[in-house]
Amino acid sequence: MAEDNIDLAALPDDDLVGQMHDDLYDGLKDEIEISVRILLDRGWTPYKVLTVALVEGMRIVGVDFRDGILFVPEVLLSANAMKAGMAILKPLLAETGAPKTGKMVIGTVKGDIHDIGKNLVAMMMEGAGFEVVDLGVNTDVERYLAAIAEHQPDILGMSALLTTTMPYMKVVIEALKGKGIRDDIVVLVGGAPLNEEFAMSVGADAYCRDAAVAVETAKSFMARRSNSHAAAV
Amino acid sequence: MMLDRLLKTRDWLLADGATGTNLFAMGLSAGEAPELWNAQHPDRVRRLHQDFVQAGADIILTNSFGGTSRRLMLHNAHTRVGALNKLAADHARAVADAADRPIVVAGSVGPTGDLFAPLGALTEAAAVEVFVEQMEGLKSGGADVLWIETMSALEEMRAAATAAARVGLPAVITASFDTAGRTMMGITPERMAEATTALAPAPHGIGCNCGVGASDLLVSVLAITATRPDAVVVAKANCGIPQVRGGSVEYSGTPELMADYARLACDSGARIIGGCCGTTATHLRAMRQALDAHRRGARPDAAKLVEKLGALASPPAREGAVRRSNRRREGV
Repeated sequence: MAEDNIDLAALPDDDLVGQMHDDLYDGLKDEIEISVRILLDRGWTPYKVLTVALVEGMRIVGVDFRDGILFVPEVLLSANAMKAGMAILKPLLAETGAPKTGKMVIGTVKGDIHDIGKNLVAMMMEGAGFEVVDLGVNTDVERYLAAIAEHQPDILGMSALLTTTMPYMKVVIEALKGKGIRDDIVVLVGGAPLNEEFAMSVGADAYCRDAAVAVETAKSFMARRSNSHAAAV
Repeated sequence: MMLDRLLKTRDWLLADGATGTNLFAMGLSAGEAPELWNAQHPDRVRRLHQDFVQAGADIILTNSFGGTSRRLMLHNAHTRVGALNKLAADHARAVADAADRPIVVAGSVGPTGDLFAPLGALTEAAAVEVFVEQMEGLKSGGADVLWIETMSALEEMRAAATAAARVGLPAVITASFDTAGRTMMGITPERMAEATTALAPAPHGIGCNCGVGASDLLVSVLAITATRPDAVVVAKANCGIPQVRGGSVEYSGTPELMADYARLACDSGARIIGGCCGTTATHLRAMRQALDAHRRGARPDAAKLVEKLGALASPPAREGAVRRSNRRREGV
């Protein structure tokens, strides 16, 4: 149904970026790859392509996901299109030493194989410029701790879709406290059966209702973090 | 079939409460697979069934929600699908047969947890095989009906229904409408109600379970009963919201709230009413007493549900909110 007769290369920058936002919204992976290459050829820095085209496009997707207009199937397609664009930018971003928003370690907790929401969060976080280490599903406390020790993330994300697995979040957070590293890391939790109160009671920093909220929350914690660091210096 | 026979003579039937969260209270630890308890702690699984029967349940669900190979895999128990599901049905069957009134044994079948093609790797054909394996186990243990629950994708409902037909047992299908009044995959209750009419044989019941709150769930029930006034509709709501107290998870719903919920579920047109996560035997007893003393009343609207049961936890998108239009689709 897509109108293939749009000549992306003929669009001026502003229109092309607008078109990319639309194409991300519609999950059009091939079109995103083409447009990313066009902008790079026009001399855009990889970081500018990332933030102006991809991050902003995914922000719009995130808003409609949060508002109950888009659902998981649509957002997965959008995220896949974003990922395809990211795959082109990633090596270039590494070369140019572009600023990173922050680093996150994420995983679905032990006993739970549900990774749809977790994958969405990982992709949206990448789309927002975070470096994401994805531990996959069925993550026990040892694997969380090992990944935190190795990657020194700013943020730990935990996901659970089952009422029978979500209590495991408390197990992990208690282990962080036991190691004396709880305050070094922002803990975000999410998953269908969770709620704000539950997140607080297991000792998380925030409950994220969906991937879009996760990105907003992570960003605001990073902003607070850099403010407090600045104040401390 | 027992379920249909009971439905012919009774206006409503009471389904049971939660399995997983009650097994936690009996010592199951976070991350452990409840299904393994069918072999390790048969006494506890049977006691839970017994508690529900004593509280007034007409239908009890087997401890097999995560009993497909896809889910048992992470507990390294995917080679025991047949045995664990047979045991799950055995336990419920034994309790049902010992009761002094007819009790339906419903073989619980939860989602695989996988995304279906093309979004994910699992094909519908492969999913049918996965479900057949579990359902054969449930059938051999004496399940009367297969209870396909907490579904979110139409493909998965269809695969499970196809599997049930192959195994030769009737099916009930319920979905979890937990995201802005739809399933996580964006399916509205109306669409689920319509789509299930295309299944052959037709499910013996359709409806909602789990989700986010009693008000949200009954709004979905209203939509289903309006779309399919002919259908036997199931309501199985969570008992409020989960909270951690000390070391354990407790649900905020009181027996009084669940009694109100049961009466409103009845008024909303549900014929099978039960509780999901957090619902204990104490809650279920309150629901039974409420229903026994209740006469099906006027159909409530969403405002009445909210007034009695609390605000919607995940309200639908605001009126008129639609997908953004764009240049490509407009053909500019």
